Amino acid sequence: MKLENLTFKGGAHVSHHKEFTESKPIEVMKDPDIVYIPLQQHIGAPCDPIVEIGDRVKVGQIIGRTEAFVSAPIHSSIAGIVKGIVDVTTPTGVRSKTIVIESDGTGEPYQDMISRNSLENLTAEELLEIIKEAGITGMGGAAFPTHVKLSPPPDKKIDKVIINGSECEPFLTSDHRVMLEDPEKVIFGLKIMMKILGVEEGYIGVEKNKMDAVKALRESLKADDNIKVVTVKTKYPQGDEKRLIDAITGRKVPSGGLPMDVGCVVNNSGTAKAMAEAVLEGKPLYERVVTVTGNGITEPKNLLVKIGTLFEEVIEFCGGFKDTPGKILMGGPMMGLSQFSTEVPIIKGSSGILVMTEEEARPRKINPCIRCAKCLEVCPVYLQPLFISANALKNRFEEAGDYGALDCVECGACSYICPANRPLTETIRFAKREILSKRKKS
Amino acid sequence: MQGNTTNPNTKGSLDDKMLIVSSSPHLRSDESTRKIMLDVVIAMIPAMIGAIYFFGINAIKLIVLAVLSSVVFEYIIQKIFKRDPTIDDFSAVVTGMLIAFNIPANAPWWIPIIASMFAIVIVKQFFGGIGQNFMNPALAARAFLSASWPVIMSNYPLPGPDAITGATPLSIMKYGGGELPTMMDMFLGNIGGSLGETSALLLIIGGLYLIIRKVIDWKTPIIFIGTTAIMLMILGVGTSELPYHIFGGGLILGAFYMITDYSSTPITPWGKVVVAIGAGMLTAIIRIKGAFPEGVSYAILLMNVSGPLIEKFTGPKIFGRSK
Repeated sequence: MKLENLTFKGGAHVSHHKEFTESKPIEVMKDPDIVYIPLQQHIGAPCDPIVEIGDRVKVGQIIGRTEAFVSAPIHSSIAGIVKGIVDVTTPTGVRSKTIVIESDGTGEPYQDMISRNSLENLTAEELLEIIKEAGITGMGGAAFPTHVKLSPPPDKKIDKVIINGSECEPFLTSDHRVMLEDPEKVIFGLKIMMKILGVEEGYIGVEKNKMDAVKALRESLKADDNIKVVTVKTKYPQGDEKRLIDAITGRKVPSGGLPMDVGCVVNNSGTAKAMAEAVLEGKPLYERVVTVTGNGITEPKNLLVKIGTLFEEVIEFCGGFKDTPGKILMGGPMMGLSQFSTEVPIIKGSSGILVMTEEEARPRKINPCIRCAKCLEVCPVYLQPLFISANALKNRFEEAGDYGALDCVECGACSYICPANRPLTETIRFAKREILSKRKKS
Repeated sequence: MQGNTTNPNTKGSLDDKMLIVSSSPHLRSDESTRKIMLDVVIAMIPAMIGAIYFFGINAIKLIVLAVLSSVVFEYIIQKIFKRDPTIDDFSAVVTGMLIAFNIPANAPWWIPIIASMFAIVIVKQFFGGIGQNFMNPALAARAFLSASWPVIMSNYPLPGPDAITGATPLSIMKYGGGELPTMMDMFLGNIGGSLGETSALLLIIGGLYLIIRKVIDWKTPIIFIGTTAIMLMILGVGTSELPYHIFGGGLILGAFYMITDYSSTPITPWGKVVVAIGAGMLTAIIRIKGAFPEGVSYAILLMNVSGPLIEKFTGPKIFGRSK
């Protein structure tokens, strides 16, 4: 099997701007005095608080959980006193019950953390339970509970597990640094997934602009690992899991389907590291690597940040704004979410904070479509974005649907490439919402 | 105490800084309509210089008149229609240059002006402006001129200072009446023909530039020219005559600069292929079986109007769908 320079058809060459932070080692941010930990950080049911105001909590202690299967428990990221349980808007725009904890400065770990040093004495069920209890969710952005992903229905036979190390979002380098600095943990995380799913074949797909990480991973592999580190072309959206599956295995996930429909499970490299730490150290997911970057930030960094730390404090730790900020994003510039405030907490899905300058953030003038067909060339799902967008702008959602609006993955490549600056992704997203809400009603 | 001090959203320390909030993506490439059109202008410069070299001062006059009048007509009609002015996108300049390339170098001064008016006002702006014209404006103008002033439009000067008119290589082949130029003259453009269509070499240089700059796809011109050649051979054209057909009659100009017009050609990859094949077949049929010695313009125009239908039936298969 070919292991180098794999790719999918379509996609765009997006300038990656990773030079800000790609060579900066992960730095541990000082603990904040106060954290705001939302009980809904993931896709699925929000957790209920299991602590009360005035309670003392320790690092890694569960403070929120629910009986629902599609959910993930929430842990305290610092040791201190619960000061309040309030409604806070999270960076994803969700209004969530949030536990406010004031640090007592001790950093005392929760005593229930057990460390183990191998997979051999653990069954798949035990491993799943550890991952679930550690509150691990996908760390690439969508924050889907990992134990759910690792529990496919019995009729779906999984034969390949893939670690997504492509990190195709411009600016972001958190996965890159994790793979470079902690290759053993990423590989161990993959082995956990392989054991849980009973799979013999593991892959780690890394974009070619991170050859140092590829080297580190390959050097950490053992001969009998059944794991292959493959390089994929630096092309956006290579990190979209269906594109990665296509590149590595040649399998096409059916429209509306999931990776498990073609026997694959994909997880992000940061998630793999979190799984490894949960099993090896008994450490739940209460901190993560965040890339703080952009032209608007004084000192861009890769930071290990406690969940619940306010963006504001993270930005301050990086020397503050360089100039008046124009736009602040959680995540990268292609799929990141713009924030209306810096007073929002870091959550499990916060891969980065990107600060754009006023100049960069200024909207461009929208010109008429010239039918250059560049949006067709770059669309990774082979849609005709210009037609979906044109129909959406005229409120013709049925026609937009006929052109396959619901297959859009909202990667943003069409809007990126459009020479007329047309809001293609934006209007297609709008059409999708309208189509789905109409479906719900009928 | 909770509610006030403990809710970060209500602290409001960023109140004085207004952040832009919008839907992703937040990054744009530096592609622009103007850059694309400028690339087309740049690509046509070698052929333009060639035209001036071969046909002299009258070529300069016609090019300037065509470009200026295209831009002015675009400006005026957009004022009248109360549309956002788009003359700064250089698309009218491209149309103007193509109009000049499509008329004989000895045409009177008012020919490019009337052609520009037809191309810009009727074909382009009446149908909605840039991106909406259903035909290539310059070619539509050429057809309009040929129908209205057939003598002017078929009276080609031969290169050189004395401005003698004469037959083009293709009409010599069809009707006789002269000696065919050498292969070298044919390739360089030292032949009779409309202003900018004669030099295959200079047009190909510009065409390669467009391909390298990814303004056009290499497949369209190659398929168009290839299909024309094959169809001509099927219709009995011999290998000695074939190069005259390829390098003459505006085929190179049409294949690189006209059939590749974004607005009037399908956006789908297969649609572009179908149109290129169709135009190639029509070109050969018109040249050999039709009444005209040349067929590129009408072939492209016919494919332009079938474009929307072809586009409809050649939509790409969406990823992960079985049908």
